[in-house]
Amino acid sequence: MSVRATITSLFEQVAREQQRKLSPLSDDLKLLASGLDSLSFALIVARLEDKLGYDPFDTAESFPVTFGDFVRLYESHSR
Amino acid sequence: MWLWGSLTASGTPPSGCLYGAGARIELATLAGASSLGARLEALRGRTVLVAARDQLSAALALIELDGVVRRMVLCPPDLSAEHAPAVMRDSGADAYLTDAGADAGADAGATAVRGLEGLHVSSAAALRPLGLARRRSHDTEWILLTSGTSGAPKLVQHTLASLTSAFSAQEAPPGPLVWGTFYDIRRYGGLQIFLRALYHGSLVLSSAAESTADFLARAAAAGVTHISGTPSHWRRALMSGATARISPRYVRLSGEIADQAILDSLRHAFPQATVAHAFASTEAGVGFEVRDGLAGFPAGLVGAPGAAVDIDVAGGTLRLRSAGNATGYLGAHAPALKDSDGFIDTGDRVGGVINVGGLKVYPEEVEAIINAHPGVRISLVKARRSPITGAVVTAEVVLIEGAATGAQAEELVKGEILQACRRALAAHKVPMSIRIVPALEVSGSGKLVRPDA
Repeated sequence: MSVRATITSLFEQVAREQQRKLSPLSDDLKLLASGLDSLSFALIVARLEDKLGYDPFDTAESFPVTFGDFVRLYESHSR
Repeated sequence: MWLWGSLTASGTPPSGCLYGAGARIELATLAGASSLGARLEALRGRTVLVAARDQLSAALALIELDGVVRRMVLCPPDLSAEHAPAVMRDSGADAYLTDAGADAGADAGATAVRGLEGLHVSSAAALRPLGLARRRSHDTEWILLTSGTSGAPKLVQHTLASLTSAFSAQEAPPGPLVWGTFYDIRRYGGLQIFLRALYHGSLVLSSAAESTADFLARAAAAGVTHISGTPSHWRRALMSGATARISPRYVRLSGEIADQAILDSLRHAFPQATVAHAFASTEAGVGFEVRDGLAGFPAGLVGAPGAAVDIDVAGGTLRLRSAGNATGYLGAHAPALKDSDGFIDTGDRVGGVINVGGLKVYPEEVEAIINAHPGVRISLVKARRSPITGAVVTAEVVLIEGAATGAQAEELVKGEILQACRRALAAHKVPMSIRIVPALEVSGSGKLVRPDA
């Protein structure tokens, strides 16, 4: 599964668990407008670390603002 | 000492401003104008619940009531209708200040506060003539509310002197300061910023109805120089993409543990600013402030002689003793606040309580739910570091022998445990993962060994 597909499925899974309505995941979707709260993002980042083996926030200099930024943060780390 | 008196002690009126989401008040106008008008005198000597929803209304009330009322209770906007009567009773309140229906007369707020006896007074950010000059008659007690483990708030008693002890000794910084804060000023962290701003400049108040980006735009328009929030507030601000709008000289974090990642992100976002993190609690006041850009606090502070705040780590919790300490708790069944040495135990067990984005999780509360599952022998709930909320909750579980054999059966039990947790606990307390382990370490005294405890 690609990094993007893993991230997309985790966004959907956590939204279901937290009973939140997830906006359609386009690259220019602002994370704060995605329907998820901080706890949801925390769960997504922790599960991604379990699945992918890394947490790119450790070394990231800036926080992702859009869904596209979020995916790129993980993709650039995997290379 | 009273607030208006000290703001005008130099003989000149204060030069700062309060910026609300919808209005702006020059502090100097309060010399002849009031949000309460003639009703201010009706409150003299009383105990007042300050329950305005709007932060600007509350801010004006605090300035106007200090020195006038016997006691004022700062009700945060999320004080529930369930807990309000107990707060009224335990504080001995005989008046209630609201901004609901501010223009419709003295008891317009009564329907919103059914069950609360006493004088109902409404306030408004639109000022009216003051009438008589401001006059001090009381050493007003400031009562802050804090959440106990059972959810009912505790009433913490402060004075203007204890609330200003962390900065009144310091000289005023050069130039006019414009503070901004993500906090609500009815909470200790926000109140600290409110008071600093009154003494040293202006304040941009946040609003629950406003997005992070809109707040930062207002702060930028006001020329914010100093800005404060919790690490979670700041992570949210960074995710809003709007931090480039402001260029503060000083960025402050408090209320949760500041980890290295958030300190580094803020230093990167605001290269020209000093990034400081502070530890404070409603009961113990400001403990310390760290400006070296490194997470944690310097061990040299513990037991340092001659310091303004005595810091002690005993029995695994952080204890503080200073002029910033609260006086005590209010209420018939209030527990003692200080120990025999005059220290306040902050209850921040060095390894115990998990802080998920500013919300406390007591591991034992979660373990109790997990241990109620018939297949569970014992469990350990602990923190896992998170770059978003500081921490998330995870659990390790030892199953009773034969309760689940094989991976499939284990997954089933994990699912049942998670379901039970979701039913019984708030979302931030539910473990993000459950790991089945063969055993958990138990200490010589028969207690579970907790990480860092």
